[in-house]
Amino acid sequence: MTKDFDWGAVGDAFPLLLDGFWTTLLATVFGTLVAAVLGLAIAVAGRAPSRLVTVPVKAVMEFIRSTPLIVQLVGAAALFTSVEPLTVGIVVLGVHYATYTSEVYRAGIDAVPKGQWEACRALSLTPRRTWQAVILPQAVRNVVPALGNYAISMFKETPFLAVITVHEMVFQARDYGTKHFVYTEVFTLAGLIFLVASYPTSLLMRKLEKRLGH
Amino acid sequence: MNDFFSAFADDLPQLRSGLWVTLEATVFGALAALLLSFVLGLMSLSRLMLSRGVSRVVVEFFRGTSLYVQLFWLYYAMPQLTGYELTPVLCGVLAFGLNYGAYGAEVVRGAVNSVPRGQYEAALALNMSPLHRMRKVILPQAWVQMIPSFTNLLIQLLKATPLLWLISAADLMTAIEKLRSRTGETLTAYATLLVCYFVLAYALTLLMNLLERSAKRRLGLAAGGKSLLKSRSAVSAAQAGGAR
Repeated sequence: MTKDFDWGAVGDAFPLLLDGFWTTLLATVFGTLVAAVLGLAIAVAGRAPSRLVTVPVKAVMEFIRSTPLIVQLVGAAALFTSVEPLTVGIVVLGVHYATYTSEVYRAGIDAVPKGQWEACRALSLTPRRTWQAVILPQAVRNVVPALGNYAISMFKETPFLAVITVHEMVFQARDYGTKHFVYTEVFTLAGLIFLVASYPTSLLMRKLEKRLGH
Repeated sequence: MNDFFSAFADDLPQLRSGLWVTLEATVFGALAALLLSFVLGLMSLSRLMLSRGVSRVVVEFFRGTSLYVQLFWLYYAMPQLTGYELTPVLCGVLAFGLNYGAYGAEVVRGAVNSVPRGQYEAALALNMSPLHRMRKVILPQAWVQMIPSFTNLLIQLLKATPLLWLISAADLMTAIEKLRSRTGETLTAYATLLVCYFVLAYALTLLMNLLERSAKRRLGLAAGGKSLLKSRSAVSAAQAGGAR
């Protein structure tokens, strides 16, 4: 059976979806923060002098990166039932994306000329000072656009959180759809909200990339 | 834990058919995506503004609206709107094809643009027809550039297939999820599932490495046997998400 597009349902569902959109945004912002900080820690750990550190770190990263986010989410939610789903979702999103951002940081660190490391050695700076004052300030500047791109792609993967009952936008859309049997309108609306939010941001990142000379 | 593995052995037929559904969705989704990437990618290189414009709009549309929404739209909304109902797996194949095809179009465009301009000019000087030029000179070189990015997209696609579980296609995740609820072995069940996906991802990476090597050979570029075992190149794995 076919139905005509019901504009009334669009107006009806819009506030609900917008409500869900804030959760989506919250998850994206905090997920990105976790990914940005953890990714940096992993990238630095991957440069540790001992293989006892670098090999396990690399193996775990490869494993997390090669397995589906949705399985990780459902698994984590089933194991940590006492933690709020949104918190579980943010942490899992953050960890999953940290395996990607760490590579971005690594590339940024590798791009710092060797002479900088040598100069630090010649000045007998401690490892801490070397990282903090010399290497990271140069490495991090270049990775900002890439991190932004990951934030955008994370944004588009936040609907996965609906699976673990986080009330984000798609959860709300599905909920409304099931109650009123109007799927077309709500999913179209949800898709358009994603497009409207992510396209300008991706244009901005492209501009930033050009300005930083990538 | 033993409970789980004896149940695992009992359920082997269901698991096998679940694995089959996952592979089916991955392979056909990837083929659809490959086709669409070439169509949209080559359109974006056209001299006609209309063709470039159409390609741009389609690519941005399917990249910008989340895959999850697209899948749900095809599964829930399309039957309401048009009266046609697709099977869940077909919905998956279509959604994966459209979404990853849009990402792949950028890969095709970038790779063709990265072929040195001199190659194009030389083909022109030899009076090759545009089709001949593309087929014999530009694409073989661009193809080598595309493979690592396509590998990353393929793994991303594989990682998206558990979404089929949500639209009640009987994929691998559905099969193991059933086992989990029957045995109550949460940790073992999800660990097994993760390992399954990891093995699949690694196998696909190896296949793509083989493909890359044969493509390089055809260009006369030597690649040692060791290159087959490399995992997805880390930096390009990071960049596959780039420019989203």
